[in-house]
Amino acid sequence: MTELSALYQAVVLDHNRAPRNRHEVQPHDGEANGNNPLCGDWVHVEFRLDPAGCIEDIGFNGEGCAISTASASIMTEVLKGRTLDEARRIGERFQHLVTDREAPLPAADDPDLEKLLALAGVRDYPMRVKCATLAWHTLQAAIEAPASADSE
Amino acid sequence: MHEARPGADLAPYRADFPVLQRPMNDRRLAFLDSAASAQKPQCVIDAERDCYERYYANIHRGVYQLSQQSTQAFENVRGIVQRFINAPDEREVVFVRGATEAINLVAQSFVRPMLQPGDEVLITGMEHHANIVPWQLVTEATGAHLVVAPVLDDGSLDMDGLRARISERTRFISVVHVSNTLGTINPVETITELAHARGIPVLIDGAQSAPHMPVDVQAMGADFYTFSAHKTYGPSGSGILWGRLAHLQAMPPYQGGGDMIRTVRFEGSEYADPPQRFEAGTPNIAGVIATGVGLEYMEAVGRERILAHEQSLLAYANERLAEWDDLRVIGTAPGKAGVISFVIDGIHPHDMGTILDMEGVAVRVGHHCTQPLMERFDVPATVRASFGLYNDRADVDALVDGLLKVKSLLG
Repeated sequence: MTELSALYQAVVLDHNRAPRNRHEVQPHDGEANGNNPLCGDWVHVEFRLDPAGCIEDIGFNGEGCAISTASASIMTEVLKGRTLDEARRIGERFQHLVTDREAPLPAADDPDLEKLLALAGVRDYPMRVKCATLAWHTLQAAIEAPASADSE
Repeated sequence: MHEARPGADLAPYRADFPVLQRPMNDRRLAFLDSAASAQKPQCVIDAERDCYERYYANIHRGVYQLSQQSTQAFENVRGIVQRFINAPDEREVVFVRGATEAINLVAQSFVRPMLQPGDEVLITGMEHHANIVPWQLVTEATGAHLVVAPVLDDGSLDMDGLRARISERTRFISVVHVSNTLGTINPVETITELAHARGIPVLIDGAQSAPHMPVDVQAMGADFYTFSAHKTYGPSGSGILWGRLAHLQAMPPYQGGGDMIRTVRFEGSEYADPPQRFEAGTPNIAGVIATGVGLEYMEAVGRERILAHEQSLLAYANERLAEWDDLRVIGTAPGKAGVISFVIDGIHPHDMGTILDMEGVAVRVGHHCTQPLMERFDVPATVRASFGLYNDRADVDALVDGLLKVKSLLG
């Protein structure tokens, strides 16, 4: 077990206190609801694409812990200007980052994961992986179909 | 300062629980999640091991000595349960996998056959999912309705609301004895009286009462009473359904298979009498034997003493947490059991759970399988600290210290 500060880094605490892009996106091209049946947390994600197919605006709302709130907040920051393919790929890399304890951490200047490294501490807390990935699974559902997602 | 009643100090018993001797993050483990599942004393662990090491064999079917010994040890537990809940007859004790299976058994075998479209099954707003979903299944399948008695703001059952919801169409009432989330102890004697005046049978879900207080199914007037061994210091995967013999005798089997039959022909089978009728297949033999040892352990400690001890801890915890302005306890009914559910403004229970864990304090966070109750109190989740006989004031102090850490980090 690592120290608590590895899980609750200043960046995470900051995003929890002041989440970015916690707003509606109207009109939007995709939306989905995600639920974590374990704890009753929920998140709603909406995004709009520009003519080039890049994410022009993305926002979220929901109720969750510091980890899930920070993850959703950082996700919206990272994905603005990205294509949906890029969003999907970053999501996969993030999933890997928070689940594989053995994998080496990506470089600190990795353009995809740079900001998300603040959540790398989650890999030492398997019970909290679902918190960190809820927003990402929800985004994926929004990309694929405007249905709802679980954190499973 | 609330003092424990004389003799209620159970400090020496902590040593009976091997897992509690294990440091957690270099700290003394404060295990405050007994409402989810209790830790096991050495005697329970030994009993299960002893069965497998010395005399294990399948029961009811071997003519050899091992099987006879296993059968005897297994059947012996019915008498222990009978004494534990003051049942009139040990044939009324059915071994099941847990309280959840017990409730499903009653729902399917006793209640479902009596339901007509428009009939009603009455439960309360403080049930956990195991006492909600089985009733949804049988009411949906039969065209009956599930009716829910409301919960007051302090977490007490709204008895006027309950009375008002007993109707001509009410066929069955199922009520939790002690709420796993709120700690509320329901007036089950009053409820069974109300019900019986109208000829309505009642199931009392005792998952949270059997571990914490003396239980007398006759005094409470129950028709059925259920509990899980894993909460009464026994193994998981074992539980008890108690039902009045007349009810059990009238009920069709729940599952078919070996051991529940008298004769089997392809044209039709004749079922065994209760309780075997409801015990299809090879049961959790060593688990049931160890279940009996867990109950005897509780009796040896003294159930009045356990109750007094946990009440004393509850009072101490309430006193210490009262200093916190932004902490809200959900469930403050008078005379509640040793369960404290709370929220702190602006801090999510999940974060509290992780930080407390790092401080060696094990609590439950989430909705505690009572989602409707979370909605009733307008919280997504709570932190729940619950007591067992092995807890002491140091555990409460560790909780409070841990919460200080939470506040310094996230407050």
